[in-house]
Amino acid sequence: MVKDVKEQQWPDYQKEIAPDNYYYARSCIRQNFFPGSEETFLKIVGKVLGKDIYDDPHQTTCTGIAYHSGIIPMETTMTVVARQFSLMNDAGYKNFLASCVTSFGIYTEMVETWEHFPETLEKTTDYLVRATGRSFKLPENLVHTSDIIYKFRNEIASMSKIRLVNKHSGKPLRVVEHIGCHYAKIFPKKGVGGAEFPKVLTGMIETWGGEVIDYPERRHCCGFGFRNYIVKEDRGYSLSNTKKKFDSMEPYKPDFIVTNCPGCTFFLDRWQYVLAESEGKTYDANGYGIPVLTYEEMAGLVLGFDPWEMGMQLHQVSVETLLDKLGVVYDKKEKYLGHEKQNIGIPEMPVVLKT
Amino acid sequence: MFGLLEQLKKDVRFIEGLNSCINCGICTAICPAAQFYEYDPRQIADTLQRGNEDEIERLMKSDTIWYCGECLSCKTRCPRGNTPGYLIQALRNVAQQSGFYVFSERGRQQLEIKRRIGDNILKYGYCVYVDEIDTDYHPEQGPVWDWYRQNTETILKRLNANYRGDGAGTLRKISEADLNELRSIFDKTGALKQFEDIEKTADG
Repeated sequence: MVKDVKEQQWPDYQKEIAPDNYYYARSCIRQNFFPGSEETFLKIVGKVLGKDIYDDPHQTTCTGIAYHSGIIPMETTMTVVARQFSLMNDAGYKNFLASCVTSFGIYTEMVETWEHFPETLEKTTDYLVRATGRSFKLPENLVHTSDIIYKFRNEIASMSKIRLVNKHSGKPLRVVEHIGCHYAKIFPKKGVGGAEFPKVLTGMIETWGGEVIDYPERRHCCGFGFRNYIVKEDRGYSLSNTKKKFDSMEPYKPDFIVTNCPGCTFFLDRWQYVLAESEGKTYDANGYGIPVLTYEEMAGLVLGFDPWEMGMQLHQVSVETLLDKLGVVYDKKEKYLGHEKQNIGIPEMPVVLKT
Repeated sequence: MFGLLEQLKKDVRFIEGLNSCINCGICTAICPAAQFYEYDPRQIADTLQRGNEDEIERLMKSDTIWYCGECLSCKTRCPRGNTPGYLIQALRNVAQQSGFYVFSERGRQQLEIKRRIGDNILKYGYCVYVDEIDTDYHPEQGPVWDWYRQNTETILKRLNANYRGDGAGTLRKISEADLNELRSIFDKTGALKQFEDIEKTADG
């Protein structure tokens, strides 16, 4: 009976994800903080899966961080979003793919606002033509990049070189999955599984052999808080909220954390470094911290990509403990080399956090 | 007195955000800001629902409206379809239009944010940009960031990025023509005016 109800309800939590021909809208945070993941995504979708994906040089920021920090009017963000859609129209695409969870929330919110308040669509159309001479049509399909990896998780599994299994014990790796708030909390019907049963990352983890950890603060925000992080003296908000999650997940002994949001990946990585150096606290048994991955890095490892070519050396929490559990073959000496494999020095070692 | 409620009602986020608050407090229970600050989104909704102009003015002049992190967890959970996070967005907007934001320390921080995020957008076309981030202001970035900053070009080349390059790619240079379209949007929609106002009123 319980199963029947679940099966009846599950279609409500599905979303349409176009099978091919994507217009790729990049993420500001990810290009700067995890640049390798942007390229890894394009490689997986374009080269491994053989899909058509267009990387447009004309696109800009969606303004998301400025919007959620309250320094620009809503009309500005609406019009910038309209310009991005106009660029997609120019390029001949109908499926808009946002690489950032904040951006995905922004695009979705503006489209919903235009639907609920048609006068705002008229106003935006007017602003856009006056500012740029452009017009625009809405995308037919608007999704987040993690939706694409989720959609093709079985294809990726069929090409996998490794599984999310501890090679020493043979047991599934225990994974904390963290979904960026703006993926489904604002518009639950726009996320796979909605806000209640987000499936976008658990679908990948379970298909590739891992085990998902459920823990009390699983759905708590990573702590970004926009202006609360940007202003240095307010940053305690961000650190405290992230710490709340670490304290809650620690007893479950995660092997790694994976997120679908560039900001969340950053905070869950960097605040571990800060907590180690300021409080002497690390969240694993051996003092290395819990590795934090983007979903492309997770998919890339499953597909056998080199961790350093994916940019995993730019994490502050080192990933080698995870690579060793997975049985990934890597060369530690290659980690910090430049593009011609030249020696460019190595980062200073933290005092407490082992690397 | 100043018709603040009327100004708020012009913002679609206010209309979407306030239906009929029953004061249940679920938003406060789920709110990350409420767990860290003396902040209660239930009271925000309640104050706006009462519609007392003096109370709304006090709210706009206070630090309170600047605590919300805009995670929007409240939107998912409210059983009556209210969104205190949207109400905060509308309050911040009118607080800046009316100039009330300069009465609070948190409000005056809009200048710092304008300079750290807004100026990046107009200069680079990105909200954040690697060349502008250092470990003095962002010590949490850690020593790996210092190493990245010292070797940005070669590291990004290894990762197949197009740092400062023409054409497509990760961290490409956004062309002057595209930046001009973006700046024109900021001009026509009032963002440049808001930036000027912040520089004039919050600095001092």
